[in-house]
Amino acid sequence: MADMKEIKSALTGPILNNNPIALQILGICSALAVTTKLETALVMSLALTSVTAFSNLLISIIRNAIPSSVRIIVQMTIIASLVIIVDQVLQAFAYSVAKELSVFIGLIITNCIVMGRAEAFAMKSPPMLSFVDGIGNGLGYSFVLIVVGIIKELFGFGTLLGFEILPLVQNGGWYQANGLLVLPFSSFFVIGLFIWGLRTYKKDQVEPKE
Amino acid sequence: MSSKESFGKTIGVVVAVCLACSIVVAGAAIGLRPEKEANALLDRQTNILEAAGLLEKAGKDIPATFSKYVESKVWDLQNNQFTDDFIGTNDPALYDQYKSVRKDGIRPADDFAKLIRRPNKVSVYYVKDEAGKVQSIVLPINGSGLWNMMYAFIAVSPDGNTVQKLVYYDHKETPGLGGEVQNPKWKALWPGKKLFDDKGDVAIKIVKGGAKAGDEHAVDALSGATLTSQGVEKTLQYWLSNDGFGPFLTKVRNGSLNNG
Repeated sequence: MADMKEIKSALTGPILNNNPIALQILGICSALAVTTKLETALVMSLALTSVTAFSNLLISIIRNAIPSSVRIIVQMTIIASLVIIVDQVLQAFAYSVAKELSVFIGLIITNCIVMGRAEAFAMKSPPMLSFVDGIGNGLGYSFVLIVVGIIKELFGFGTLLGFEILPLVQNGGWYQANGLLVLPFSSFFVIGLFIWGLRTYKKDQVEPKE
Repeated sequence: MSSKESFGKTIGVVVAVCLACSIVVAGAAIGLRPEKEANALLDRQTNILEAAGLLEKAGKDIPATFSKYVESKVWDLQNNQFTDDFIGTNDPALYDQYKSVRKDGIRPADDFAKLIRRPNKVSVYYVKDEAGKVQSIVLPINGSGLWNMMYAFIAVSPDGNTVQKLVYYDHKETPGLGGEVQNPKWKALWPGKKLFDDKGDVAIKIVKGGAKAGDEHAVDALSGATLTSQGVEKTLQYWLSNDGFGPFLTKVRNGSLNNG
């Protein structure tokens, strides 16, 4: 039963306790750029979660055959292939979202979360556990993206997933949209506040003073 | 442990991983090609309908609206007439001039709009009303902006002179500066502008610091995007010249739409 516990902690740990964005500060770059609308944030989350999960799974399966001198290259090859497949699938079935995400899907290859989990976890752990760890870290990333996406779309456009929530002044409503939140860099503030909130709630995440 | 670090084993693993990955990637690319091509076509039809002002009417059913109201034709820029002889497909609605440009194109003699290559056969879309009368002519145009090629459709009235809409749908300009070619406020400056003067010369221009009120040939430049604005102006100047759609639009102005 210890196994079940291990799997569960691999799945849920990264969401709050060991969040890749909030605690490990990985994968920030794409989190800044794709969170302007909730829809792109959701698609990006899905793409990254599937890439992390399957790259962890595949790398873990062949981990005992990978020579350590070329392990990073082998990992990159597998990750890059998975990213290309995700990109192709999006272009085939979600063309408009794929166009909006454009370069960021390709940049999943360089997303530190994928590479980090492959190197730090999948190289040492059995396949199933690695797969779950990939999903868990993907969910941790997704959690932050979705929270930021909701805040930015709701207060930047007055909508959620394109549906009007706060009627805008331009359309005869009362809400004056916050133009700052539409711009990519405002995610710095939102993610910063998110990390602050999380560390106030979970005091053990605060780094000791140097 | 030492055996898997050997030279032969290392090469073997790398080759095996690369082979497996390339097969999977190639399989995905080829297996999904029909869907991707359908998406690209749908995207093009959407842009043409937007230029024609039919997008709201079309709602979700783009292909049906497109085939109902739009007549696709292919114009031969070298012989200045419509042609049935184009490569890649038999259907003028599916013809992609930017795909065929490598095999059937020329390097413009004076490439001031930086097209690099210009297709010899170009698409012309007649957009009709319910009664089958042409209400606008949608022409594909392209030219370099600051960073890269910009692609647009321009909708011209049946008089062959008045702009109805200019829709940029693909570009790599800086968001917030040159990227404002897609800003609805800037796009709203175009309808009603005249492309040619009384003598039939290209007269449309983009004016830095704001066009004079009432000047029907001038459009405000985008602020902070001088090179993008110049790119738009040169794109129009090239495509309206005798190397581009000039002769076609002259025929339209002389009433070719009415006598077939």
